[in-house]
Amino acid sequence: MPYNCVVLVKQVPDTKQISGKVMKDDGTVNRAALPAIFNPEDLNALELALQIKDKFGGTVTAVTMGLPTAAEVLRQSLFRGADDAVLITDRRCAASDTLATSYILSCAVKTLKYDIVLCGRQAIDGDTAQVGPQLAEKLGIPQISYVENLSDLKDNRLTVRRSIGNGHQIVRCKLPVLLTVLDTANEPRVNAAKHMMKHKKALTPIEIQQKARAELPDADEAAVAAKAQEITESLSKTHSVVKQWNLDDIKADLTWCGVSGSPTKVNRIQSVVLAAKEIRDVEPTEQGITDLIHELIQDNTIA
Amino acid sequence: MANFYSDNYDIQFLLKHMDIGRLAELNEEGFKFAKDFDYAPATPQEAVDNYAMVLNAMGELCGDFIAPRAEAVDRTGNILNEDGSVTRPQGVVESMEKLSQAEVMGITLPHRFGGLNFPNTIYSMTIEIVSRADASLMNLFGLQGIAETINFFASEEIKQEYLHDFADGKVTGAMVLTEPDAGSDLQACKLRAYQDDKENWYLHGVKRFITNGCGEVLLVLSRSEPDRKGGLGLSLFVCEPGPKVHIRRLEDKLGIHGSPTCEIFFDHTPCRLIGERKRGLAPYVASLMNGARIGIAGQSLGISEAAYQVARDYAASRKQFGVAIEKLPAVRDMLINMKIDIEASRALLYETGRVVDMELGLTKLMDNPPEDKAEAKALKAETRKYKRLASLLTPMSKYYCSEVCNAVTYDGIQVLGGSGFMRDYASERFARDARITTIYEGTSQLQVVAAVRGVCNGTAEKYLADLAARAYDPALENELKLLSQGTAKMLEAMAYIKEINEKYMDLYGRQLVDIAIDLIIGYLFCDQASTQVDMQVPVSGDTGHADGKTVSMKSRKAKVAKRFITRNAAKIKALTEEICAGDQSTFSEYECLVGPIVPQ
Repeated sequence: MPYNCVVLVKQVPDTKQISGKVMKDDGTVNRAALPAIFNPEDLNALELALQIKDKFGGTVTAVTMGLPTAAEVLRQSLFRGADDAVLITDRRCAASDTLATSYILSCAVKTLKYDIVLCGRQAIDGDTAQVGPQLAEKLGIPQISYVENLSDLKDNRLTVRRSIGNGHQIVRCKLPVLLTVLDTANEPRVNAAKHMMKHKKALTPIEIQQKARAELPDADEAAVAAKAQEITESLSKTHSVVKQWNLDDIKADLTWCGVSGSPTKVNRIQSVVLAAKEIRDVEPTEQGITDLIHELIQDNTIA
Repeated sequence: MANFYSDNYDIQFLLKHMDIGRLAELNEEGFKFAKDFDYAPATPQEAVDNYAMVLNAMGELCGDFIAPRAEAVDRTGNILNEDGSVTRPQGVVESMEKLSQAEVMGITLPHRFGGLNFPNTIYSMTIEIVSRADASLMNLFGLQGIAETINFFASEEIKQEYLHDFADGKVTGAMVLTEPDAGSDLQACKLRAYQDDKENWYLHGVKRFITNGCGEVLLVLSRSEPDRKGGLGLSLFVCEPGPKVHIRRLEDKLGIHGSPTCEIFFDHTPCRLIGERKRGLAPYVASLMNGARIGIAGQSLGISEAAYQVARDYAASRKQFGVAIEKLPAVRDMLINMKIDIEASRALLYETGRVVDMELGLTKLMDNPPEDKAEAKALKAETRKYKRLASLLTPMSKYYCSEVCNAVTYDGIQVLGGSGFMRDYASERFARDARITTIYEGTSQLQVVAAVRGVCNGTAEKYLADLAARAYDPALENELKLLSQGTAKMLEAMAYIKEINEKYMDLYGRQLVDIAIDLIIGYLFCDQASTQVDMQVPVSGDTGHADGKTVSMKSRKAKVAKRFITRNAAKIKALTEEICAGDQSTFSEYECLVGPIVPQ
């Protein structure tokens, strides 16, 4: 029987590329200086959803909350085989902590049909691993975190193996359920040719507006609106208009969103600067190693 | 994070430099499919964007997923089980699944069967990228020609039955041609095809050396007309594995271990006829083999590229006599030659792809010829021209790319010295995988037999004249002069050969074909060096790695052209002298020179 999967994805700065150049003086990261990528474990969650669809049928819907530029991860999801994509973007989301984020996402997911909600275990920017579990709480559905493997899915029940660090548990659960997926669960597929060819121009309404404006730089609002309408109609033919919702669309209670919905307070940020000096080659010989040890003893690195 | 497309500037350059949009237009038949298929392109630019996107995704898959599995695939190989089933290496199973998910198992198939309808030129690029990751996997990925053959020649019913599954990667195929006594000489096929009184067809007999004979769709060449000897007694059939198909043996091979090579016994196996009787060898299998030859050329190119990359890396990091070995003249010379020979192979192969695509596209146009008589006549003449050119360039590409592959992979080991001989590095695997490329789908010797006829019948001369008439950058004056002198030498050698006889032509075929190929590639390099495409590519820094400095591809290609053409000018003179020396001792002195077999 077919299952409907909703996958929560996030665009994150590529923290592997962090160097001194992208750190601000206050010890926070200048996100703009880092390339934005698909959060790696969210790709594992998407892959698991696509495998479920390949095997049992159903749909995969990718949802993200973020800036308008986060549409890129939704396009990537469509390229890999997602049927639908939703961008939740609203200035009033700014400064949301995990509690507010999971609340906003829950409002969006509630408007979708789902049997299984999938999230990556954690995002590489915040590394909290909280949003998935909090989302399950707010949806009022069971959650299985740290999923390594889906071993069975039938009669509205699934069986998964979840990691418990030094071992694993086999867990069986009735649907609907929320899973958070580990990077060891699978190796994500690359973009699928036909999906990519079909959706290569996919845009959100904001992007359509920007494109219309760019094509008609000197035109009046009405002409731009007409152009945007034209682009929308053309993209609709290939199902390539990415859904875009704001907090009103998902009927979110604003007191639970953004700053007012975020109890997390940052107490202090410590800026740790690792200053590497020049690199030296040490000859892999008896003499080379003896010299190195002497030097390390002398500067008290080793006693 | 390796990507075998985005790290390969030559492929990216050629995708921009060649007029791929024109091929797309022919292939998409004026972009008429866009209205029925949501993923079909509507403009040349959109088509080229599609090609680049798919190549990029494949580059990522091949670099990150397939290549890391190749060593284990080589070590494990395929296993023939007692029940006659074949267990493929884990890496092959996983890679095939990923290729299917990437929707690239029906690259040239029409949209209506779920294929991508890409030109052959792009298909060659994908074969190169896959083969660089794992040469043996190409023998599964690169068997898409089987689906193509079904598409060209089979009934609509058979097409509908198989082609969707091919495009979805649910089935793989095999070209079941070779027999114990019919290898290069397929006209000698004996496997019997017969009908029962209800006109159902059956196959009976043995085939061997069948690549992927354990696949799900078998195209079998067999003798349907028992009283007719030679090719005209042969028809092509399709059948599926089952209790009447027995895999009797898997060959124990030097290389391409991931690809199972099967001996198959057909035990009164039910089958269906493809197309018409007696047309099995020509045109069906001939067409299939032409595609397969271009496939092997792409496979060769991919293996060469893989071998070069390992050697390049090693030469920069290995220190002897106090310096990286790439500072030593002999080593750096080997590396440059490997790199240029690879680019030469690519230039020739992609040009062949372009010509084949033009031929196929124009042939399709001929189905609805223009009403204007002069236009129709011109179209017919152009189609014929490309057909002749395709039959010259196809064997040339197969021959050249596979010979270069063997030379490059051997030098790849040489650059690594003792380490290259050890299994710690992939270089030895590349050399083993390379060895089959000059053998299967027609040996180098047979490719030369085909190509030399194209040289001697004037096709090469006309083509070289066309190439010489193109507009080139004035800076290439010297190179063009050398090419024109080389062409004169080729004509001199041809005239000398024609004075003697056909046997003499075959005796010196290789030399003559070598001359023609060097000239053609020389012009193709000049064409690349006259490109309108502005593209900066990195040069090597002091440590061998990129250090941010770049050079324009146009000026780089001018340097490639200069070196290639200058060095080959001397070779062309020598080859011409050899041909015109008239030595026929091969015929007259064989018995004396080789001596008798020593009793064992």
